[in-house]
Amino acid sequence: MRPVPVTVRVPGPLRSLTGGAPEVEIDGGTVAEALTRLDGRYPGFAARLYETDGQLKPFVTLYRNDEDIRFADGLGTPLADGDELSIVPAVAGGV
Amino acid sequence: MTTAPARIVGLRCRACGRGAPLGPTHVCELCFGPLEVAYDYTEVAPLATRAAIEAGPTSMWRYRMLLPYEAEEAPVSLGEGLTPLVHAERLGEQLGLRRLYLKNDSQNPTNSFKDRVVSVAASWARQQGFQVLACASTGNLANAVAAYAARSGLRGLVVIPDDLEPGKVAPTAVFDPVMVRVRGTYDDVNRLCSELADRMPWGFCNINLRPFYSEGSKTLTFETCEQLGWRMPDEIVIPVASGCQFVKHAKALDELRQLELVEPGRPPRLTGAQARGCAPVATAFERGETHIVPVREPRTVARSIAIGNPSDGSDVVRLARASGGVVTAVEEEEILEGIELLARTEGIFTETAGGVTVAVLARLARQGRWSRDATVVAYITGHGLKTVGALEGRTRVPEPIPARLRAVLAADPGGLLEAGQPAARRAAG
Repeated sequence: MRPVPVTVRVPGPLRSLTGGAPEVEIDGGTVAEALTRLDGRYPGFAARLYETDGQLKPFVTLYRNDEDIRFADGLGTPLADGDELSIVPAVAGGV
Repeated sequence: MTTAPARIVGLRCRACGRGAPLGPTHVCELCFGPLEVAYDYTEVAPLATRAAIEAGPTSMWRYRMLLPYEAEEAPVSLGEGLTPLVHAERLGEQLGLRRLYLKNDSQNPTNSFKDRVVSVAASWARQQGFQVLACASTGNLANAVAAYAARSGLRGLVVIPDDLEPGKVAPTAVFDPVMVRVRGTYDDVNRLCSELADRMPWGFCNINLRPFYSEGSKTLTFETCEQLGWRMPDEIVIPVASGCQFVKHAKALDELRQLELVEPGRPPRLTGAQARGCAPVATAFERGETHIVPVREPRTVARSIAIGNPSDGSDVVRLARASGGVVTAVEEEEILEGIELLARTEGIFTETAGGVTVAVLARLARQGRWSRDATVVAYITGHGLKTVGALEGRTRVPEPIPARLRAVLAADPGGLLEAGQPAARRAAG
């Protein structure tokens, strides 16, 4: 997958890693690749998002535009030029 | 910010244990896990005696020493909690249970258990100077947030999916909150609110106020044990949406035992109830896993628990298993039958989520899960008038008759003419 520029939306708890920026531009052909490059530029993302076995942590949800990547190809989900990749903590509710 | 009392230590991540200062944040910076309020139980213990609790207010605030609010100003309250624990003799007879109890939380001010959590969140938010009390909601939370915002003078903001039941929209709108209807599922609404909470200085009950909000859930279990004479039941059946409530009942039991408020004994099995049309937690339980596979398009009448991406699902599976409980999902027809069974045996009208709870209870009872003398409690979390449309076509409405005695007698509705005679008079002939 050819790397393309995408916008990563960073949630409050992780903005200490981006110097407070809520959005950063990064290149990536897939979600996993974008996250690798994100961690390269702003060290610490990988440790926050992944378990030691390489799985995403259970409380992390990633969206490519409006779609939860678990309903696409997970970390292998391809990215298109201008996509928004959102990192969102899971939310409580219901009943 | 007001200084917290000594009994409140701060926030702590439930997943990794890392501490965080008390504040409007719900996510651990380190692992993204849920933050919870941590107490110093040596400070709580002298306050948490049976006598002090029993002498407290006739609301859930009798447990204020185990809630994260302390100020000269009284909490934002509409008299939530201390709802009836009903000994369900007739339902129990059908299910082979002599000690079946229903914690009827539909008797709260806005007719769902959400009043408990919102009362805590609103109190804390007002004390901290928030102007806006907000939520993402499947309906019941919106009802509660709108009411408690009105009560507290905060501005209410409720964000709901556009296809919510009318029975949940109108009772929310009457309190005049800002209402945002979003085209999408509850999970879409949640995600949107999560990003909003990040940017705006608003208090979202189930997002950045979650550590405070969720503590309110514990009072349901505190009261249940108090109402059982400070004894723990053998099993509790709890509806599961995000799982946030379920997890807090486990915490409540730990606290009751640690503070020696309850008689010693085996802690209850905690059993979760879901609708098959959106059962990510039950599915994980059945597969013997803790990993939750989200459900993209929930399809069930039990809208208030139709959460495809349950934040605390893994913990529910772990806690259910560790306690000896199960997580079970029931079909749509069973849910409606559950509503009817409860109404006809106990005179309690519950919403679809309550139908799920009763259906799981009934199914497990019929499978022989419990001995006749087991003490089983089911949490009935919302009122039937909220989802009355779910029963459309199932309730019999008779044709009208003229207002004449002869017409009634001729119609003999339901064969009542014979059955209507009190036993004593029948015997006298």
